Amino acid sequence: MTATTFPAAGNAANGARGGASLDGKAKAQPPANASPDAQTDTQFYLQTEHHPANGTLLGFWMYLLSDSLIFAVLFAVYAVVGRSYAAGPSGAELFDLPLVAVNTSMLLLSSITYGFAMLEMQRRRVKPVLVWLAVTGLLGCVFIGLELYEFAHLIHEGAGPQRSAFLSAFFTLVGTHGLHVTFGIVWLVVLMVQVSRGGLMPENRRRLMCLSMFWHFLDVVWIGVFTFIYLMGSLP
Amino acid sequence: MNDTFDLTKFIFGRLTLESIPYHEPIILATFAGVVLGGLALMAALTYFKVWGTLWHDWLTSIDHKKIGIMYVVLGLVMLMRGFTDALMMRLQQATAFNGSEGFLPPHHYDQLFTVHGVIMIFFVAMPLITGLMNFVVPLQIGARDVAFPFLNNFSFWMTASGAILVMMSLFIGEFGQTGWLAYPPLSGIGASPSVGVDYYIWALQLAGVGTLLSGINLLVTIIKMRAPGMSMMKMPIFIWTALCTNVLIVASFPVLTAVLGLLAMDRYVGTAFFSNDFGGNAMMYVNLIWIWGHPEVYILVLPVFGVFSEVVATFSGKRIFGYTSMVYATLVITILSYLVWLHHFFTMGSGASVNSFFGITTMIISIPTGAKIFNWLFTMYRGRIRFDVPMLWSIGFMITFTIGGMTGVLLAVPPADFVLHNSLFLVAHFHNVIIGAVVFGVFAGINYWFPKAFGYKLDAFWGKVSFWFWFVGFYFAFMPLYVLGLMGVTRRMSRFDDPSLQIWFIIAGFGAALIAVGILAMFVQFVVSYRNRESLRDLTGDPWDGRTLEWSTSSPPPAYNFAFTPVVHDRDAWSDMKKRGYQRPTEGFIPIHMPKNTWAGVVIAGLATALGFALIWHMWAIAVLMFAAVIATIIIHTFNFKRDYHIPADVVVRTEAVRTRQLARLAFN
Repeated sequence: MTATTFPAAGNAANGARGGASLDGKAKAQPPANASPDAQTDTQFYLQTEHHPANGTLLGFWMYLLSDSLIFAVLFAVYAVVGRSYAAGPSGAELFDLPLVAVNTSMLLLSSITYGFAMLEMQRRRVKPVLVWLAVTGLLGCVFIGLELYEFAHLIHEGAGPQRSAFLSAFFTLVGTHGLHVTFGIVWLVVLMVQVSRGGLMPENRRRLMCLSMFWHFLDVVWIGVFTFIYLMGSLP
Repeated sequence: MNDTFDLTKFIFGRLTLESIPYHEPIILATFAGVVLGGLALMAALTYFKVWGTLWHDWLTSIDHKKIGIMYVVLGLVMLMRGFTDALMMRLQQATAFNGSEGFLPPHHYDQLFTVHGVIMIFFVAMPLITGLMNFVVPLQIGARDVAFPFLNNFSFWMTASGAILVMMSLFIGEFGQTGWLAYPPLSGIGASPSVGVDYYIWALQLAGVGTLLSGINLLVTIIKMRAPGMSMMKMPIFIWTALCTNVLIVASFPVLTAVLGLLAMDRYVGTAFFSNDFGGNAMMYVNLIWIWGHPEVYILVLPVFGVFSEVVATFSGKRIFGYTSMVYATLVITILSYLVWLHHFFTMGSGASVNSFFGITTMIISIPTGAKIFNWLFTMYRGRIRFDVPMLWSIGFMITFTIGGMTGVLLAVPPADFVLHNSLFLVAHFHNVIIGAVVFGVFAGINYWFPKAFGYKLDAFWGKVSFWFWFVGFYFAFMPLYVLGLMGVTRRMSRFDDPSLQIWFIIAGFGAALIAVGILAMFVQFVVSYRNRESLRDLTGDPWDGRTLEWSTSSPPPAYNFAFTPVVHDRDAWSDMKKRGYQRPTEGFIPIHMPKNTWAGVVIAGLATALGFALIWHMWAIAVLMFAAVIATIIIHTFNFKRDYHIPADVVVRTEAVRTRQLARLAFN
């Protein structure tokens, strides 16, 4: 045998001297040493199970970053062609601001109700979580319904996405946001089923956190849409 | 009568029997070859009864090592397709003189240069570097898998889906004839009414999903899953370059997704983003696609810079020279890669100030890149250099890439670019950097990590044959294109009038033939190495006297990579461990927590392929169905909460005992 067992003495020495806690689990594992005095530092592996921190939330933040880039492109495109009316109608002529204001308040309210669901999740109360999620989903549905009504109305007036580059950019940007909200609603329904079946176990809590981030993210994007498309687009 | 017609159209959209190009003999012969080859493969799989193994151990595997290997296999298979296209183009251009039409009609030739570019970038270079990163990153940071093992499998299959769609375009319908970036208005529905551009769009959208998810996955893996003690400045250079590449992927592929989405809107819905009328702006497409496209260049090249850093340090027997400067050079390149996109179209007419800005930022990039070259040279300086195959590729890279980089600086001068834009000089330049860096680097990486992946080294003789044919062939193939470009020959021409140009195209064709021998030699190398695998066997797990953690475990590594998670004290952790008398543990093993294989990735990607195909052919009913199926399958998958298991301690004990015996026998001999 060329290999021998792990030198217990070295381990003990390390343990006695203590070391930097690497991921907040120092008590679960012999501390790895960050000392510059490398000569005596001979612990080359952990003897206990190593659990790296769960990366789902970080990964989801990165997904949101990438998604926000898609919106960034769509906003940039709108910035370039947003006033290319091609002798068609302009935003000032088309936008029904009171309707959009109602729509905006629906989405903002739904973010608040999702926040209530998350508060209840922290208290580990399944039923209120489900109720608040349902309210959030309903508000989301109203938002989508109003948006579809607006789109149908515009197309009916002859101001469809083919009419001008401005309308192409408008429909694509607002529509992409609407599509995101729709997927969010589907996801929300799936999560409600999973929470009611499995309760607030760690996986479901993590998923609720992710959807929460997604939902608020869509809210933030909408604030940009409302400001840059509807409010500024209504200026002559 | 009318009813049946409508039903056919309802199901098949615009797909008819006429869509199959059976009147083109070249495609028909290829199709016959593919069908026969496919049938032979199926028969072989059935005969050797490996369908089950294939499904359980590979297609549904979430093991990052196997996924990495599958990526590399995909890349090499697609390399054969992309290179065949290149050979056909070289042959056409070498012969289409003096009134000869050559053997390719323009319609076919235009598809060839489009599909060659698309395949080489998206389905050769990307899978190869993603494959290397997938295989190496977790091993080098002392982790057991990536952060999201299921997503990893899914990402691979989405990339494969894109490749499948591109391959289908050869036999059903056609591919785009627009060049590899499909600029409108040429790629608009007016100028390209057929399915070619739609194949392009949906193949890249599917593959893009895979690339983006894989980018997020590796990023989180590197940030969250490094072995204890491996602080950022103790990461191997390859990990740094992989980190930066994945930052670039996450921050640039969405732009591609968005801009291709807008092109699809123009083609499918009739919007006016890039049209000539209704207020559209085609240069908006060109700007947006290069905002993705330039970082993409660095996505490809940064990981191979990492490969060269590992290879040069290992085969010079020294730690890398200028680690810190290497890290900062990588970071500077990452940032600057977003500030140069306009140099791809100086001729847009954006004015002297804008062009100067982008010309200067482009030239600045050569500074950190040059610093890297000097670091590699200084690593070799006074090193004990071993000229194994990976090192040959590295030296070949340093010479070739420096030349390609300098022609890049020439092109970065806007007035010069006005002359050379869209000429063969440009074609020579980007092949010079992409072949010289990415291809050479991937081959260096394959030769370097092959023993780790399969447990035996690659045959050195055939490796050297491959290298020399590639290296010499490259210069024969592309130096004439510099000359032609300087003489004003534009790219993408299928025939020529001036007979004095022909000799240069013949030399270039000769070079392509040499490269063909190089590729062939590589496949011979694989076969020879497999047959001689007993004599090439690596029992130590450390065949090159390596410096980083992947060499501390067995070759091939066990499913769990490391029986115990390593603790890192220094850069080049494994070198440090060897120097300070590391003893391999032989007892005290505990059960290991691992992710479980899943069918979901390959099934969802398969449905997505069908969805893409239906969208290309306007089969709306099937498209809706497939879309619903994709969503439903994803939802069903989320109901699977049992995604992990423990490898029992006695399995670990047995696996490690085998290695202990091997090492003992090795020491005894």
